[in-house]
Amino acid sequence: MILSYALDFAIGAFGLCLVLNLIRLFTGPTLTDRILAVDTMTVNALALVMLTTVRSGSNLLFEAALLLALTGFIGTVAYCKFLLRGSIIE
Amino acid sequence: MLRKLLPHPYLSLTLFVVWMLLVNQFKIGSLVMAAILALIIPHLTAAWWPDRPPIRRPLSLFAYALLVLWDVIVANFQVARIVLFMPNARIRSAWITVPLDLKTPEAITLLAGTITMTPGTLTADMSSCGRALLIHALHAPDPDAVRDDIKSRYEARLKRIFE
Amino acid sequence: MTFALEIVIAAFLVAGGIFGLIGSYGLLRLRDPMQRLHAPTKATTIGVGTALVASAFHLALQGQGVSWHELMIAIFLLLTAPVSALFLAKTHIFRTFPKSDLPDPGTGTPWATHDAAWPAKPDRINPPS
Repeated sequence: MILSYALDFAIGAFGLCLVLNLIRLFTGPTLTDRILAVDTMTVNALALVMLTTVRSGSNLLFEAALLLALTGFIGTVAYCKFLLRGSIIE
Repeated sequence: MLRKLLPHPYLSLTLFVVWMLLVNQFKIGSLVMAAILALIIPHLTAAWWPDRPPIRRPLSLFAYALLVLWDVIVANFQVARIVLFMPNARIRSAWITVPLDLKTPEAITLLAGTITMTPGTLTADMSSCGRALLIHALHAPDPDAVRDDIKSRYEARLKRIFE
Repeated sequence: MTFALEIVIAAFLVAGGIFGLIGSYGLLRLRDPMQRLHAPTKATTIGVGTALVASAFHLALQGQGVSWHELMIAIFLLLTAPVSALFLAKTHIFRTFPKSDLPDPGTGTPWATHDAAWPAKPDRINPPS
């Protein structure tokens, strides 16, 4: 009982996080802010995926969460490398 | 002989453990697969690992990881307090230069990561000779104290572990 | 026993949600791009970390055994957060931050981001002095 309320709260909180990050993504004055917003969005989406697995009670979405973590990190680094050097793989 | 078979024992151990965690169930088949991967991958990637990281005291590295984990939790409460309750005009951000005593690249990497994860500080850059780190502090009324804290709390321990 | 575990999981879930919110709120309200880097790297990591712990406990509560996947994702996030933060800071310094506002390295060489010869060959790091 208390668990389902807490779960609803957490899902709502991370959903709100995504909205806040979207605002920063659109307003962010510098390019770094936008990349940071996308990076944070990936991590928050990862949390949402994990909370979905808690709600549904299955462990099927684990691979999706792991892939989100991997691609989010690699995407951030690739963006930054592109801006720093003009090429991603040296 | 053993050195030739296992050029990087720590890497092999990590690969073994990570594979077992990925499979998430204890079976003989996955044990064998983990052992095969732990043996083969270090040989395939040997060109990118010219030498072993010189870990003198693996046990104190473990203690260091626990200390950092505790500091990460404390750091979060501090940053949360600053973000929630401190008005923008009162936040004193500062750039801090930390001269390094560490020499090995692995130790410097670990120190930089630790600084990013712990109270209100973030590693931003390294001098191109590798003897100083540039750190940004979110709220540091006294930058010198932050620098001394990093040097005594983390760098001294890492120096004992790696050098 | 089950009830106590449920309370613990609920506490972890609520703490995770609050920390995630603090991280995203900090990203929105701090005024300087360097300051904004601080909030997500710390608060979001711990927020997601607590959500992962709650998920791992929850599977144990249902009698599916201990799941190690959540531990793996948490360790992975803890390891990669400093790297992406470093890259973002370097990008910011390189693109928008005025060079003269940085402190002096004190080693006679410039910061790596402003050094055109970087990335150097391995023997250029820590030359014998």
